[in-house]
Amino acid sequence: MTVVADIALAMIVVGALLTTFRLVAGPSLADRVVATDLLLTLLTCGAGVLAYRTEEGTYLVVMVIVAVLGFLGTAIVARFIEGRGA
Amino acid sequence: MSAPEVVASGLVLVGAFLALLAGIGVVRLPDVFARMHAATKPATLGLALICLGAAISDAQLSDVAKLALVVLLQFFTAPVGAHMVGRAAYHCGDLVDEDTVLDELAEADRDLG
Repeated sequence: MTVVADIALAMIVVGALLTTFRLVAGPSLADRVVATDLLLTLLTCGAGVLAYRTEEGTYLVVMVIVAVLGFLGTAIVARFIEGRGA
Repeated sequence: MSAPEVVASGLVLVGAFLALLAGIGVVRLPDVFARMHAATKPATLGLALICLGAAISDAQLSDVAKLALVVLLQFFTAPVGAHMVGRAAYHCGDLVDEDTVLDELAEADRDLG
């Protein structure tokens, strides 16, 4: 079970590193928003794998909060780009 | 390992693999809309699989309820967020790849005048 969780975490970390590359490289603001949203999703996935590995209930609260905050951030920045027009 | 443990670890592994695929897709695909297509795979299916795996391995009712809440929240908010980002990117004239074959938003905008 620990080995499975380690492999899963490794895959999520590689995915997050690739996403970070897109976040830095852009080129447009929308690309960066998509990358940030994906990073938060991967954070939620990682917390889920940690909850699976440790059977610790604390990570579940983190998952709920990150899921809500991720949506709020994406929605607000999407409105911002549409209003600004870039 | 017992049968539920095998199922749970399989679900977690598949969910994490979707996260890896999303990273690869976000780097390699040509425009914002194609990248968004890759980025929404772990947002719904991947997270749901990981939560299901965690719920199977840890069958306490309070924990399962929190995991179900996460999955429900994500299923309601991920499409809305993706829709808003996509529309904003489109209206800001973000580059559409020349291989794009269908552009229904342009038709809708034209019909509205």
